[in-house]
Amino acid sequence: MIHSLPSHAKIVAALLFILICVSTPINRWQAFVGYFVVLFITVAAAKIPFTLLFKRALIEIPFIFFALLMPFFGTGERFEVGPLNLYREGLLAGAGIFIKGTLGVITAIILSTSTTAREILRGLERLKLPTLMVQIASFMLRYVNVVNDEMERMKIARESRGFEATGIQHWKVIATAAGALFIRSYERGERVHLAMISRGYDGVLPHDEPPRIPLSTWIRSLTLPISALIISITTLALGF
Amino acid sequence: MSTPSLEIKELAFAYPDGNQALFGVNLSVQKGERVALLGPNGAGKTTLVMHMNGIHPTSHGSVHVAGQLVDAKDKASLKQIRSKVGIVFQDPDDQLFMPTVGEDIAFGPYNMGKRGAELDAIVDEALQLVGMSEFKDRPPHHLSFGQRRRVAVATVLAMKPEILVLDEPSSNLDPASRRELADILRSLDITMVMVTHDLPYAFELCPRSVILKGGIIVADGSTHEILTNSALLAANRLELPVGFSIQ
Repeated sequence: MIHSLPSHAKIVAALLFILICVSTPINRWQAFVGYFVVLFITVAAAKIPFTLLFKRALIEIPFIFFALLMPFFGTGERFEVGPLNLYREGLLAGAGIFIKGTLGVITAIILSTSTTAREILRGLERLKLPTLMVQIASFMLRYVNVVNDEMERMKIARESRGFEATGIQHWKVIATAAGALFIRSYERGERVHLAMISRGYDGVLPHDEPPRIPLSTWIRSLTLPISALIISITTLALGF
Repeated sequence: MSTPSLEIKELAFAYPDGNQALFGVNLSVQKGERVALLGPNGAGKTTLVMHMNGIHPTSHGSVHVAGQLVDAKDKASLKQIRSKVGIVFQDPDDQLFMPTVGEDIAFGPYNMGKRGAELDAIVDEALQLVGMSEFKDRPPHHLSFGQRRRVAVATVLAMKPEILVLDEPSSNLDPASRRELADILRSLDITMVMVTHDLPYAFELCPRSVILKGGIIVADGSTHEILTNSALLAANRLELPVGFSIQ
């Protein structure tokens, strides 16, 4: 059911939800419990397997690495947890990055798992993102595999002649190959452009007119941010 | 005689770096003809093709498509010309740049102002002509090379061109794909110019051949006549495959 919602509504919903999450102060922890609850209900409703969710969420690790270090450095009030001597400010800031980051990543995963890349681009187009940006993104989507294959073939060709990248002394070869790949891709870009103008291209890619979506669909799509907003206001009103 | 589909007169062209590629090409292709454009590498074949739809502006001589002058300065007429001359490029990955097959085929007709149900009908018809209807919603990189080449032909057919120009249509195809493409091309009722080194393919599909060498047309006649003239072929760095002979 989440899969079939209009993509632009889903993008708006994801952005709003993230916006609400990041603008909630981290010391109102009750609100974050609520956010996680509604988010996981959404994951369940979208029928996204938790193993997949976990695997994709691993992308977050480099970012939370710094968040984990934050409690150890800083100034101000300190307290001890077991053998560790932590800074209160740093701990709160680190926890903020970790929790808000996780909420954002999971939201993005729900969006990307329930929407094809093509649909996300269509959604962005309907949200009036500049067409040039959408066009560049859609060409990237089309050619990432082509360029990847090319890179793979170049790698095989190198290895077939006994090359193996083991250390810094081989970076020159890799850099040359990257340069060659860039030139090839650039030339391909020129050929693609020729093919495009041969078929009458004059700056506008075909696009469909945005379908009018009824208010009820909007509300359904925005369930997640609306519930988050309610949670946020409730915790505020209850004075947590 | 009716207006030729393609009429090239005294066409000469030099690249900005001074390298002259064409030295006065004369070529006339009648409606419905299938002509093979043969010639060694560097003969100017691609340069000639680029003149047929005004990608290279004509500096000397003239090109007419169905009676209309190709004039790179006149943007409005150029758009009409490009809908009349359908070029199928050699690498299908250069030609198929949209996310799905169906969208790619819709690209040309969309630029010609077609919309809605009419556009859908054109896309379906073009896919049917090349036997690729079931691949409409697939991304091009999931297709085999032969399938991509067929889709590339469909993208051009969708523009209902007066003349179909194919650059090395048989290159990189396995024998079955090569034959399937030949069957498709033969079934089309359209004027065709086929740039190729594949002489048996030219023999199979094109009753007439011209040889371009050093920027001029050095031979123009029936494909049978040209391919049986071994002295002519040898002089132009063209060879039939070993074991292949034409009676």
